Amino acid sequence: MKPSPFTYHDPHSLDEALALLNQYGEEARIIAGGQSLVAMMNLRLAQPDHLIDINNIPVLNGIECQDRLLQIGALTSHQDILQSELVRQSCPILTNAAAHIGHYAIRQRGTIGGSLSHADPAAEWPMIAILLDGEMEIAQLSGEKRTLGARDFIQSIYTTDLAPEEILTKISFPCLEENEGWAFKPFARRRGDYFIVAVAACLTLDQSGRIKRLRLCLGGMEATAIRLDEIEQGSIAHLPDENWIREVAKAACNEGNPVDDHNADVEYRRELVEILVTDALQDAFKGTQRG
Amino acid sequence: MSKTAFRLNVNGQDYEVLVEPRKLLSDVIRDDIGLTGTHVGCEHGVCGACTVLIEGKPQRSCLVFAIQARGQSIRTIEDVADENGDYSTLQQMLHEEHGLQCGFCTPGIVLTMEAFLKSNPDPSEEEIREALSGNLCRCTGYQNIVKAVQKTILRGHEEDKEIASL
Ligand SMILES: Cc1cc2nc3c(=O)[nH]c(=O)nc-3n(C[C@H](O)[C@H](O)[C@H](O)COP(=O)(O)OP(=O)(O)OC[C@H]3O[C@@H](n4cnc5c(N)ncnc54)[C@H](O)[C@@H]3O)c2cc1C
Ligand code: FES
Ligand code: FES
Repeated sequence: MKPSPFTYHDPHSLDEALALLNQYGEEARIIAGGQSLVAMMNLRLAQPDHLIDINNIPVLNGIECQDRLLQIGALTSHQDILQSELVRQSCPILTNAAAHIGHYAIRQRGTIGGSLSHADPAAEWPMIAILLDGEMEIAQLSGEKRTLGARDFIQSIYTTDLAPEEILTKISFPCLEENEGWAFKPFARRRGDYFIVAVAACLTLDQSGRIKRLRLCLGGMEATAIRLDEIEQGSIAHLPDENWIREVAKAACNEGNPVDDHNADVEYRRELVEILVTDALQDAFKGTQRG
Repeated sequence: MSKTAFRLNVNGQDYEVLVEPRKLLSDVIRDDIGLTGTHVGCEHGVCGACTVLIEGKPQRSCLVFAIQARGQSIRTIEDVADENGDYSTLQQMLHEEHGLQCGFCTPGIVLTMEAFLKSNPDPSEEEIREALSGNLCRCTGYQNIVKAVQKTILRGHEEDKEIASL
């Protein structure tokens, strides 16, 4: 099928884009990489009357690191993140996650801001943002900005806290600590597919080798990725041994409220979680022993 | 709906087109410019047949509106062989290794791998297969495509050596 007609707008500044959004409200849609939106328009799942192209707004693009905060412009492509040396050094779990997104050609055009705004429950960026408590910077017409943590930003399947007149401009991630171990373990049947279930973990140990902080996140088990707060808290001061890994994996697989669908039934998803958590924690532990 | 006139640069040549903004780059390349080597399979980004190079990067022409590509340089399969019609090394190797049967997927594969090899001249088999994963081929089973890419890389090394020994 072909997309339905729309008026195309090509603003060259953020203010211009915000003014257009304000003028057309619900009738308008932003296009970033178009790697989700144009597919939806071709299928007529989306039929905006006004398309506002933000690709010619350079301030939305770029990666910098300040005060141990990695800041990525919303329009930065998956491929640019994947290839960034700055990202690899300060937050390597992002590099790894980017490599799992779609395919080579999709990554060239698809953007991190588009992925977060789209909020697919099986997408990499929303999950990693929830794992790391990333902060979304959102611009409004008034010239005001607001920031929101990932867990408040991503509300449900394809649903965020963004109002129709707002633009996601920047995403900040706290850099990983030195000797922080991490792992991202997605499971998909084919290369480049959205994951069926994924597990992401970050682990730091104290001087005595006990757990200082664990961050553990499951994807594919609910409408959004979920953090396992209780398990994270309960792990503090524990020894990161095989026993602990087994206990956490057993507990984690009972979390969430997954659906039966054509990809996997509930039991299968829970089994995957147990296996992937085990894998992820083993890798994260190894990561803590590098330095 | 009203049409818009703009210029597209395809394979180094400027084309003046008059199309609706909703017209996909793939359709403009095929219908308005008349270059039918760019194939259209799924129109939602999955099959890779429509892949072209925009500013040197492989991208789905079915997921870009033509109007978005104003002022950018677009390269299609028609521009890969040289002006005498001689194949690129990759095309020649696909030919020799039987890396195609019906040929529907081939333009997308050639452009994806030409760009991939430029940015990653010495990939492992694993990396080749990863890069190839975004292009569906229903005929070959991929083995001979991978072989052709590997032979292209070897040929590149041989040429490097020849140049070095000159
Ligand atoms: C074949 C294929 C395979 C894929 N596989 C994966 C995968 O494995 N994992 C994965 O995560 N993704 C995958 N994707 C999706 C891809 O990552 C998209 O790039 C991403 O979902 C959307 O980003 P975009 O920049 O293309 O956004 P667009 O498609 O342009 O926009 C998506 C939505 O976000 C809105 N939007 C975009 N930018 C902003 C902004 N700055 N502020 C406010 N709203 C905004 C748009 O209005 C639209 O509603 C795949 C896509 C394809 C076609
Ligand atoms: S036609 Fe564009 S990816 Fe299939
Ligand atoms: S050769 Fe027929 S689809 Fe690839």
